[in-house]
Amino acid sequence: MRPNLILHVVAKFVIPLIILFALYVQFHGDFGPGGGFQAGVIFSAAFILYSLVFGLDRAEKIIPARWLRILAALGVVIYAGVGIESMILGGNYLDYSLLGSNQIAGQHLGILLVELGVGITVAAAMLILFFTFAGRGRS
Amino acid sequence: MGNQISLLLVVIPLIAAPIAAVLPRGRLPWLLACVVASVCAILAGVQLWNVLNEGTISYELGGWQPPWGIEYRIDALNAFVALIVAVIAAITLPYALLSAEQEIPEEKIPLFYSALLLCLTGLLGITQTGDIFNVFVFLEISSLASYALISLGKDRKAFTAAYQYLIMGTIGATFYLIGVGLIYSETGSLNMQDVANILPSVLHFRTVETGFAFIMIGIALKLALFPLHLWLPNAYTYAPSAVTVFLAATATKVAVYVMLRILFMLFPQGFAMTTPAEELFIVSGIAGIIIASVYAIYQSNIKRLLAYSSVAQVGYMVLGIGFASVAGVTASLIHLFNHALMKGALFMAIGAIIYRIGACRMEQIHGLGKAMPWTFGAIVVGGLSLIGVPGTAGFVSKWYLVSAAIEQQAWISVAVILFGSLLAVVYVGKLIEALYFKPVSDTGKAVREAPMLLLVPMYSLVFANLYFGLDTDLTVGVAQQAAAILGGIGQ
Amino acid sequence: MDFFIGHYNYWIVIILMMVGLYTVISRGNLIKKIIGLNIFQVSVFFLYISLGAVEGGAAPIIAEGVKVYSNPLPHVLILTAIVVGVATTALALALVVRIKESYGTIEEDEIHNLDHSL
Repeated sequence: MRPNLILHVVAKFVIPLIILFALYVQFHGDFGPGGGFQAGVIFSAAFILYSLVFGLDRAEKIIPARWLRILAALGVVIYAGVGIESMILGGNYLDYSLLGSNQIAGQHLGILLVELGVGITVAAAMLILFFTFAGRGRS
Repeated sequence: MGNQISLLLVVIPLIAAPIAAVLPRGRLPWLLACVVASVCAILAGVQLWNVLNEGTISYELGGWQPPWGIEYRIDALNAFVALIVAVIAAITLPYALLSAEQEIPEEKIPLFYSALLLCLTGLLGITQTGDIFNVFVFLEISSLASYALISLGKDRKAFTAAYQYLIMGTIGATFYLIGVGLIYSETGSLNMQDVANILPSVLHFRTVETGFAFIMIGIALKLALFPLHLWLPNAYTYAPSAVTVFLAATATKVAVYVMLRILFMLFPQGFAMTTPAEELFIVSGIAGIIIASVYAIYQSNIKRLLAYSSVAQVGYMVLGIGFASVAGVTASLIHLFNHALMKGALFMAIGAIIYRIGACRMEQIHGLGKAMPWTFGAIVVGGLSLIGVPGTAGFVSKWYLVSAAIEQQAWISVAVILFGSLLAVVYVGKLIEALYFKPVSDTGKAVREAPMLLLVPMYSLVFANLYFGLDTDLTVGVAQQAAAILGGIGQ
Repeated sequence: MDFFIGHYNYWIVIILMMVGLYTVISRGNLIKKIIGLNIFQVSVFFLYISLGAVEGGAAPIIAEGVKVYSNPLPHVLILTAIVVGVATTALALALVVRIKESYGTIEEDEIHNLDHSL
């Protein structure tokens, strides 16, 4: 790939901001608009931008495909695990109230963990989709 | 703790699916899926037992009370369908090992079991949930997983079959979504029980009628009701054997369940009578039985033959729904159960033939019955059950269906059911003739009997076919109880 | 006139729905079918979102001095449906890639010919 200086500099400048914004959307989701789905997509957008600018090979060095699959699975397990945890604590599935010392703290912690799981899975799944389609013609 | 079962049925396969995807290649993913399916089957059995003894179970997800939260509401009907799905999964998975190793590239095996578990999650979820939007979500989970599973078939036609199914299935699901939206706009609720309470007061609005129509068409697409069945023959023919067994025995059955639930429980008594839905069901049921059976006779691919027969069998189930009587719905439910048994056994036998000779065209199976006597035996029993010979499960369902038709004095339907059985004699006869009476075509290679791991699951279904042909307590008893729950029947 | 302007959101939904469904049915190109399917699904998203709107309602985030909020439930539902739609589209595109690789074409009639000329 022909190096393009402006593109590289701008991308290097923008990518951290995108990731920061993704984290904001992720962890501010319980106070304002946001949440795991949106954050996951924004997060993966940073990596997609990176691989568009610097090439697929370098992007895949940062996150190997095998890791992505594990991350995607991990997110679902976190989500379902929170549900199981509240069952173990004697409540119903996904009854966050039991997770904390009081109801509000529990609801807070629960939604944070669940959204984290969603975010991880969505980000990983979007990247898997991108790498699968983009890498199809190479080999 | 007994209450948690209704939820564990969905969550266990949901957690197992991503774990199976990251397990190393080899037999570990299969083992996990097998264990999960068996656990689900046991839990579903316990759940049915609980429901029959203690009545309806209500489970509030996240501790949110219905109608605000999602509620899982289990009565005899759900529990019965959930049991069918879970048991078929538990029987199919041991069978899947060998045929998957042969038909699916090694690196995709973990993903194959992962998709199968997701499909199971979706199907069980549909049966458990008491929320109409939740039904859509689970419907799409199971459908997306099954598109992926079908595309794993060896033939390149599997891709086009999966694509075709995807387009039609998505249109169906989206229609269902439109219907749910319209009903939500009139009732302001998504909880089935709550919607059922509110609907009578808003029934005269055209929005509700439109929503009803959209939902019915959407589900009819998913259950392959004639003439919306076009995706089914290709999908069943080109999918890997184990997938065909699983989908043929469960996917359309769950769609029938959703239809029953919406038609008779969500909408108030006699509402379906005021719409053309009942007549449409009877007409398309009759057309499906005759036309699909005739199509089946002319197929040269035996998997395709059985797929068309499946379309015809859906016709029987819908015919029973069309009668809108307790007897009719009972017959539908019994046939739903029995058809899962017979089609499961038949597709397993066909899968065993494919495992041995790698093909399933009529002319390639000549004389195989002598080389594979056990597999042939399974086809004979399954075929007799499909025809409805006394002593097999198929007879029981045909018997109840005919009684329901006579009760309604629907003589044309009676004639069609009997004529459909005659057509089944022809296509099953064709299959048996090719397998047993035709001379062996290629003498060069000796074909051996299918391995034990294929025969044991196959024969568990074959014996179930015979057992439920003689002992009808479980099927008929539960089906009658389930039909009685659907309050809307019996004007 | 009020019949048209007062229900403008439904008219948009209906037009999008028809455009999408017609594209799915009439086009032979597999990618165009997927595009049609997406338009069809978007029309349903639009239906739900406009159902949730309350006249004069603010975004459903608790704030001081706001009395009327829009109904957040349809929005949440449709977020789920959008995710399902993304998954469906991705799977459909993946299938089209595989079809292209094994048939060399993504035109429905050509695929049909290839299957039946054997």
